[in-house]
Amino acid sequence: MELSIRNVRKEFDRFPALEDVSLDIRSGELIALLGPSGSGKTTLLRLIAGLDFPTSGAILFGDEDASRKSVQERNVGFVFQHYALFRNMTVGENIGFGLKVRPAATRPATADIRRRAMELLDLVQLAGLENRYPNQLSGGQRQRVALARALAIEPRVLLLDEPFGALDAQVRRELRRWLREIHDRTGHTTVFVTHDQEEALELADRVVVMSQGRVEQVGSADEVYDRPNSPFVYSFIGESSGLPVRVENGELWLEDRPIGLKAADAPGGRATLHFRPQDVELLDGCGGCIAGTVSSSRRVAGTRRIELEIGPEHHRVEIEVPIDHAAAQKSRVAFRPTRWAVFPASA
Amino acid sequence: MARIRFRQPSILPGFGLTFGFTIFYLSLIVLIPILGLFVKTFELDWASFERIVTGPRFLAALRLSFGASLLAALFNVVIGTLIAWVLVRYRFFARRFVDAIIDLPFALPTAVAGIALTSLYVPQGWFGRLFAPYGITIAYTPVGIWIALVFIGLPFVVRTVQPVLEDFNREVEEAAATLGAPRRTTIARVILPPLLPAILTGFSLSFARAVGEYGSVIFIAGNIPRQTEILPLLIVFRLEEREYAAAAAIATVMLLVSFLILLAVNLIQTWSTRRFGHV
Repeated sequence: MELSIRNVRKEFDRFPALEDVSLDIRSGELIALLGPSGSGKTTLLRLIAGLDFPTSGAILFGDEDASRKSVQERNVGFVFQHYALFRNMTVGENIGFGLKVRPAATRPATADIRRRAMELLDLVQLAGLENRYPNQLSGGQRQRVALARALAIEPRVLLLDEPFGALDAQVRRELRRWLREIHDRTGHTTVFVTHDQEEALELADRVVVMSQGRVEQVGSADEVYDRPNSPFVYSFIGESSGLPVRVENGELWLEDRPIGLKAADAPGGRATLHFRPQDVELLDGCGGCIAGTVSSSRRVAGTRRIELEIGPEHHRVEIEVPIDHAAAQKSRVAFRPTRWAVFPASA
Repeated sequence: MARIRFRQPSILPGFGLTFGFTIFYLSLIVLIPILGLFVKTFELDWASFERIVTGPRFLAALRLSFGASLLAALFNVVIGTLIAWVLVRYRFFARRFVDAIIDLPFALPTAVAGIALTSLYVPQGWFGRLFAPYGITIAYTPVGIWIALVFIGLPFVVRTVQPVLEDFNREVEEAAATLGAPRRTTIARVILPPLLPAILTGFSLSFARAVGEYGSVIFIAGNIPRQTEILPLLIVFRLEEREYAAAAAIATVMLLVSFLILLAVNLIQTWSTRRFGHV
């Protein structure tokens, strides 16, 4: 099922939670909505589900406008962060619930509901637990049951709201891989919300980066990581440093010196240079480079991170150097970013 | 071999002192008076005990007391749960005021409540007047007694259901909705079952209070022998006649019947708590 979100705006008590969001999701895609808390990602997910209604704009399921349809009519599978299982029902009853509550005309026979529940339990690797109650299961098991319950109704789209947010790191990684497998096997169009960029980049076909009720960038993991289109995405995804610079005649200037980077397209004036710690080359002499005083140095896994203070304003940036590189012992280091972006300074 | 121990090991000190005080206090306030009740009852020989507890006046009062209390508690369960729902789920003007009104039956001296209800429901009263043309009298009938018992029992149900409903996770309802369940199904199969233990507790409290109620009932009951006499009133009569053993016998029977009913409710509750998890 293709999903199309057109110019959706949502206000809560006149406070805009989403501003003019448009997004197209292809059939069978696994999409991550990624952003800090308050970015509107959960609101967007709830609008798709029909748990809330947009102030303006439309949500299309295929060619059909679903905006005014009730949540019951939309036939979506929704998985909540805190599982939201029915604690008065067994695991089997939980999974069969969506089929059991259908009107008599479309309700499968009791035996068929049971069989379907067993199949799904197999799929989520919990065979044999159908008679347990939710409070007899671990967090990871509960979330699997919640997913099986959502899949039982053959949803047109599968929506997951921070599905692994309440689980510990190890279970999280395991379930992440497993969700990808389930998605590949069942082929549901899936949208999940997360604030964990590692989760989003690893799991999703495309990542939707959101901030303050807007979509900042939509793209594959490579695109949003390697070619961020805004200062927000640059700093939110992966690690990066920002350094205030000046653009003059297509060249970047730091204080009174050019730093050897050409930005032909950038408009003149004040701007911010963004680069990632690993995308730098160390230089010996400084004929067009960035130089700074080492303020601290720490070991990070297979490399060493050096924090530099640059210029009279002591702007801090971080660069990565090989473990045994001499630069770590020096008090002054010169470098030049190899991959970078420059964005005009706002205001 | 596991040895059955009186006390589970605990690092919390002071068990001896606090447990001792608990037993001492319960004995002083609850156990010894009740024991006295039984002792007093045994002053009667079997024949006179039998005469008292099988007399038609006693049996009529027994039926009325427990019947009206059960009906009042059942009614309060329905209305009390509804009121708790309204107070928890909706935000409206003067919600806190309404919330405070619920406790009035707790605070009002019961005699005052009884007189107020009586003056409303006598055939000339504001409410009685509406029913009088149809030949329905409320005051001085079992219906009047039931109304008084509904009045005093209401806060128990509201106050036990309200906090449980407040803790109820909204996502669970939303989950039911995304699975296609109509609202009515969600309420019946998803919301009510976990509320059941709290509702039963409210029922027990409301019922126990109604059985023992005296002040508000005697005014509206009219106290017609074999028709609108409640058991506590019979006890008062016996006391006025200085027949203390007979009063104790009536009280003992009341106590036993109440105990059996509350035991039954508790068993249902244990079953539902085990089934639906702790609330």
